[in-house]
Amino acid sequence: MMISNPGHSLERFLQTLPPDWPGGFWWHWLVFTVIIIAFVMTLVMGFIYIERRGMGRMQARLGPNRAGPFGLLQPVADAMKVLLKEDIIPDRADKIVYWLAPIVAFTPVLMIFTVVPFQGGALLADLNIGILYIVAISSVSTVGIFMAGWGSNSKYSLLGAMRMVAAVVSYEIPLVISIIGVVLIAGSLSLNQIVMAQTVPFILLQPLGFLLFFIGGCAEINRSPFDLMEADSELVAGFHTEYSGMKFAFFYLVEYAEALAISAIITTLFLGGWKGPLLPPWLWFLGKVIVVFFVMVWTRTTFPRVRIDQLMALAWKFLLPLALVNLFITGIEVLTWPTAWPWVMILVNIAIMVILVILWSRFFKLGWGRVEV
Amino acid sequence: MKFERYGIGLLKGLSVTIWHLFRHPVTTQYPEQRLNTSRRIRGNELIWNQEKCTGCGTCAKTCPQGAIEIVTSTSLEENKYVVENYQVDTGYCIQCGLCVEACPYEALYLGYGYERAKYRRGELVQTKEIMLEVPDRQVSGYFYPERAAKLPKQTLLVEGSIKQE
Repeated sequence: MMISNPGHSLERFLQTLPPDWPGGFWWHWLVFTVIIIAFVMTLVMGFIYIERRGMGRMQARLGPNRAGPFGLLQPVADAMKVLLKEDIIPDRADKIVYWLAPIVAFTPVLMIFTVVPFQGGALLADLNIGILYIVAISSVSTVGIFMAGWGSNSKYSLLGAMRMVAAVVSYEIPLVISIIGVVLIAGSLSLNQIVMAQTVPFILLQPLGFLLFFIGGCAEINRSPFDLMEADSELVAGFHTEYSGMKFAFFYLVEYAEALAISAIITTLFLGGWKGPLLPPWLWFLGKVIVVFFVMVWTRTTFPRVRIDQLMALAWKFLLPLALVNLFITGIEVLTWPTAWPWVMILVNIAIMVILVILWSRFFKLGWGRVEV
Repeated sequence: MKFERYGIGLLKGLSVTIWHLFRHPVTTQYPEQRLNTSRRIRGNELIWNQEKCTGCGTCAKTCPQGAIEIVTSTSLEENKYVVENYQVDTGYCIQCGLCVEACPYEALYLGYGYERAKYRRGELVQTKEIMLEVPDRQVSGYFYPERAAKLPKQTLLVEGSIKQE
């Protein structure tokens, strides 16, 4: 191994602790909480940099390049600016709800990383219902965002928050159903077990599931082209219109931490998580997360924002039927397919994906075919 | 069959953006990087040739803004006008170039420079002394093609030929 592995030495350190050490499990808890918070904060800054530079270059601009070498300190400068800004609370706002909203939105996002394995067994809690836990906990941050929309006492905020709730409720369903396909193949809900089960990355065995999960995930965290809740051409800034200073910083953090969470989940479920040759596992994990996020930036730069009816139609008329069909086919395959031929199954599944997507695109209509899609 | 409806349009869009990622950006980092402007630029200053000027005042008469002020006196021994005061208020100047075209003795030019932003209106007035041609104040090729031929060619952003410094 070329690069020393802090994960392994950490594990060894934790194993050398005597079992009757005061604290017991709490040492594990402390170490991994610190790791998770550091990981999220650092990578969010990295993501902001990647997004702004990458998007700039894709639009033939340079992106921020003044603060520090190559503009690397730009996120730091932004953070400083936003922390030093005046914290304005609207006069007619629902003060408690307004004040609590950023925290309620942010905490669940951090909690998602509890079950994400950074490498073999290196995770805060190896829950045997890991992915179910993620599905449950990630919906809570929607409550925080709706609280922000309601507490601000502003029409833009409320509209944005209502759109957010509508989008999340709709996209949760295809998202979860496409997860079930992965769970069926892996035979476990624990994320660590799912990674262990991936002799070939599940993106090959579940190409349609990956597509659905990616689209659903982008919509779930309200990234462009599904960022209707903060459509700046219609809703000023959506649910965080009235927020400023530190509270706004929290929402900004939530936005990117959610992107990080979705990237980490996609990596774990579909791209083989920390598995990979030569390099240490945590580096593989990090690299894959960044690649997934880059694809998100890429789609964000490319596609224009959809309308609200297109958003809903895509969830209910396109993603949901395809997710159900995908689940059905995966179930049949898991039951009947001989385990000796995984490569044939990959080809069959990719063919099924192409056929289904083309077929469903033919059926996909808006406004009884009167509206051009 | 419209293939745009089956996701091909999406893939086309994605390929466009990824191609742009490897393209040279068209942004110029202005104070550090400068583009060569058009050789016939009508810069925001006027340049005056004292030797050629006869003080006829045609420029002042043509100026639609009345921005040019010229005061002359007669010199009997030399039998010509002496320009006592000549100044242009570039704050009023609209860079139409009519004065340059009107000058019968080719004594007036538009400047090549475009960085004459000032903090006070009074500083915008170009007096006789700061209208003379010096290395800092070059003459643009506007209305004078032989002058334009000597100037560097304009940089076009599409060529990706921005000088990296």
